[in-house]
Amino acid sequence: MSRTPQTMFEKVWDQHQVVAETADTPAVLYIDLHLIHEVTSPQAFSVLRARGLPVRRTDLTLATMDHSTPTRTEQVFGGAPITIDSAARQVRELEKNCAAFGVELFGLRSAQRGVVHIIGPDLGITQPGKTVVCGDSHTSTHGAVGALAFGIGTTEVGHVLATQCLLQRKPKTFAINVTGRLRPGVTAKDLILGIIGKIGVSGGTGHVLEYRGETIRALDMDGRLTVCNMSIEAGARAGMIAPDETTYAYLSGRPRAPQGADWERALERWKQLPTDAGARFDKEVDIDGASLEPMITYGTHPGMVVPITGAIPVRKGDPAFEKSLAYMGFEAGEPIKDQVVNVVFVGSCTNGRLSDLRSAASILRGNKVAKGVQMLVVPGSQHVKQLAEAEGLDKVFIEAGAEWRESGCSMCLGMNGDLVGKGQYSVSTSNRNFEGRQGVGARTLLASPLTAAACAVRGRITDPRELMNG
Amino acid sequence: MEPIKVLRSRTAVLPMSNIDTDQIIPARFLTTTTREGLGQNLFADWRYDAQGAPRAEFALNRPEAQGCQILVAGRNFGCGSSREHAPWALLDYGIRAVISTEIADIFRNNSLKNGLLPVVVDEKTSRWLIENPGVEVSIDLDSTTLLLPGGERVEFPLEAFSRYCLMNGIDELGFLLGRMDEIKAYEQRVQS
Repeated sequence: MSRTPQTMFEKVWDQHQVVAETADTPAVLYIDLHLIHEVTSPQAFSVLRARGLPVRRTDLTLATMDHSTPTRTEQVFGGAPITIDSAARQVRELEKNCAAFGVELFGLRSAQRGVVHIIGPDLGITQPGKTVVCGDSHTSTHGAVGALAFGIGTTEVGHVLATQCLLQRKPKTFAINVTGRLRPGVTAKDLILGIIGKIGVSGGTGHVLEYRGETIRALDMDGRLTVCNMSIEAGARAGMIAPDETTYAYLSGRPRAPQGADWERALERWKQLPTDAGARFDKEVDIDGASLEPMITYGTHPGMVVPITGAIPVRKGDPAFEKSLAYMGFEAGEPIKDQVVNVVFVGSCTNGRLSDLRSAASILRGNKVAKGVQMLVVPGSQHVKQLAEAEGLDKVFIEAGAEWRESGCSMCLGMNGDLVGKGQYSVSTSNRNFEGRQGVGARTLLASPLTAAACAVRGRITDPRELMNG
Repeated sequence: MEPIKVLRSRTAVLPMSNIDTDQIIPARFLTTTTREGLGQNLFADWRYDAQGAPRAEFALNRPEAQGCQILVAGRNFGCGSSREHAPWALLDYGIRAVISTEIADIFRNNSLKNGLLPVVVDEKTSRWLIENPGVEVSIDLDSTTLLLPGGERVEFPLEAFSRYCLMNGIDELGFLLGRMDEIKAYEQRVQS
């Protein structure tokens, strides 16, 4: 009898069921990699302490600090104090907890520190077929290598620390089929913004997305990570991309990827993962990649997005829509292009990788950040920073008038004090344009690194294709 | 966790759709290392003006909303960040259930683990509740129904195990620790 064709998600799910789900109880799902950071772990460690429990698998647990950490060099390396007392306490608490429970930590001054979703793939510890969790919704990023990766709350962080397992109901599957070649100036960021614009910010609720098709296959690893990163912005906890030669070439030789004979064995396993021909998804949608333009958001959730050549939609009689436009200070029907820009942020787990920095630098090289615009470039990790500096990207940013910082989440959510002022317009390569996300009253427009850099140069919302060479 | 069987309260209404967890508890309040005290900053940027004074027009600041334990909200409540600080803030403030046509996955999971009831209802029921703020409703976990003032009962979905844990005050960590033999057997199976 032939085996029923399975999706990649179903294969990974089945391989990790410690106890299968029943009508009365969820599955006990084994977790291969648990990433932790300073914001969502302290209360979980408190539970372990209160119950006298150890971290069950310190070898499968890795900690970094990213959300509350400063990005100013003098505060990271120079001994200047962290400005926000509670942030400093949170950083110390993680150091204390990791020492007490024996968890490996990339501390404030570690060369391996960085945004949790940047360092996992970069180290090669995020691998195809693994289950990966973290107390952070953008854990979906790691699905780009063919892992099942999703964000959890702090109670669940405690569950994984104590048992290496989670109680989970099996989600449904949703295929996002993308065809056509992306046009010049259209990046992975534009693609995922276009997808969210099409399926909506709750279109993926209850589902694991699988991004498929020739457009996805043609993306490099950094682009795939950007796409999977924003799965949660469509309501999906996880997004996956089947591993292929691009994935293997990316992972090969990374410090924590399998080596030698282990690599060969891993490769054998990984090649079994892609969705079988004939497997059924609960939901499917087709996206024409070739028709996409550079995309930018105009409202207060990532689904409020238009092509950069487009206009802000008109939706009379929708109070939520009107409230959103009032917050942004935009009029329905007006073009998004040429709107004023005050701040530009390049970085985050969405677009803080080396290729993102290269992309922004390609626009800035030989140009200046417009007068009155503040531009912050924050590499996703200290390793990305080091690689960028090795090829001189830091000089391109500094000469253009941008600030070059130490790594961290920074202005994506402003927990560390890197904030956008009230009423200011920020073009940001991050993932959320919610009210107040980058600071009280801040107005965020999400876009690609190319678009963000072009906006910095002109001081207005700008189509990056106007500044691209060749 | 205290067992919950029935929750009876008047409702407060926030009709907007897509209320994200950054609104429920803004990021600058997440530098805490405990669960307590977040209620004072619940919906901080909607609830207070720049000087920190309560905005009279915000639904939760109205006199009739005081003491309400059930929040009725627009579609896709709790989307965005996975911060469990969102249900902690709601509970610390005194909200013990959220009713919407759609509740985001991670927020729903986090809520269930803390005894905050996520109640998903149909469009018609939601519209009626949004148009009639302050009505007294009752949420019954035994029958998983929402009882409306006119006597109408609306069933809502609730995952069986979560319901069992809520009704019996059981915490899931205890359940997981009880499966340690299976977990160890799995690890041996995978390693070999």
